[in-house]
Amino acid sequence: MTRALRSDTAPACAPGAVLRADPWGEDLHLALYLLYELHYAGFDGVDDEREWDPDLLRLRQAMEARFLHALRTELADGPRSVEDAFAPLLVEPVDLSDSLSHHLETEGELWQLREYAALRSLYHLKEADPHAWVIPRLTGRAKAAMVAIEYDEFGAGRADRVHARLFAALMADLRLDPAYGRYLDRAPAPLLATVNLMSLFGLHRALRGALVGHFACVEVTSSPGSRRMARAMRRCGAGPAAERFYTEHVEADAVHEQVVRHEVIGGLLADEPHLEADVAFGCAATVLLEDRLATHIRSAWTRGDSALRTPLRLP
Amino acid sequence: MDPRGPVLVEGPVEVVLDDGTVVRSDRFVVAVCTCRRSRTYPWCDTSHRPRGRAVPPTEDGNPR
Ligand code: FES
Ligand SMILES: [Fe+2]
Ligand SMILES: [Fe+2]
Repeated sequence: MTRALRSDTAPACAPGAVLRADPWGEDLHLALYLLYELHYAGFDGVDDEREWDPDLLRLRQAMEARFLHALRTELADGPRSVEDAFAPLLVEPVDLSDSLSHHLETEGELWQLREYAALRSLYHLKEADPHAWVIPRLTGRAKAAMVAIEYDEFGAGRADRVHARLFAALMADLRLDPAYGRYLDRAPAPLLATVNLMSLFGLHRALRGALVGHFACVEVTSSPGSRRMARAMRRCGAGPAAERFYTEHVEADAVHEQVVRHEVIGGLLADEPHLEADVAFGCAATVLLEDRLATHIRSAWTRGDSALRTPLRLP
Repeated sequence: MDPRGPVLVEGPVEVVLDDGTVVRSDRFVVAVCTCRRSRTYPWCDTSHRPRGRAVPPTEDGNPR
């Protein structure tokens, strides 16, 4: 894939290879990630026009179909209504023993916070960008509310408050390199899948309901998790910018949650009630992939291993 | 609206606390805590949510 991108040629991929690829595996998710990235920042040395290269799009479509089919199969018995999808998320769990942020809050170590931030940087350095694709697919109430939330994510008119930039400052506090894409080659499949999910939902108008469900899911679950992460950063002495990224999200996402549930979902389903099952699917798919990622990270750390493909160098 | 959730007010908002201090938020919409359980009072931090077990096991809030 990288050879095809660099040399301006069609990807060499045996017919049927995609159909045999593991839908959760690194081959598929890294290839998909690289193709999606052409729609965001692109790559040095790759012609910007490759974004619309029919050979690349054909390959991307085959991989998306494989990924989507795996998600739908896994969630065959999943929620169909907004109520069923969101009710379990609107409860503060009594037992947090499986929660990654709870683990980091209570016993996380600085090297684990660094790994966590390096992993999440694949999303946070383009925070809210994948969700912006949905804007032209919404109308009226849903559109107005979605844009208002995105405006907040993009700093409410102030470049120094753009959430992606707050995350870059967090990375600097943790002595990570905040350059865009710096940790891509260290990211394991379960992390790539969480970011590919947003790009998949964002880039397809047909999946607008799923994008809205996904976005609502992350806003709803963010505030309590961010509170725990802010404490983890404080306890480990990560630094003021590292704490600020999370304290900002405690407050911001308590607002975003209300607006996305009542106005974005409410507005979308008032206009297009048939999308309810898609909204529920987007939410459930997000929970599924976040669970898989948390399991990956926890089991690596329990073994005393890095959760990255290759460990970070010490700062 | 959640019966026990925050009140949503169009921002910017200034709130006078019990001790007379004035706090301000200039977000487009501000969620003002009504349950008094918020750890970032007077702003809602979702502490109004009922406690329970009905949560997927490893659900983890990552900010957006
Ligand atoms: S109303 Fe949300 S924390 Fe009090
Ligand atoms: Fe954000
Ligand atoms: Fe948010």
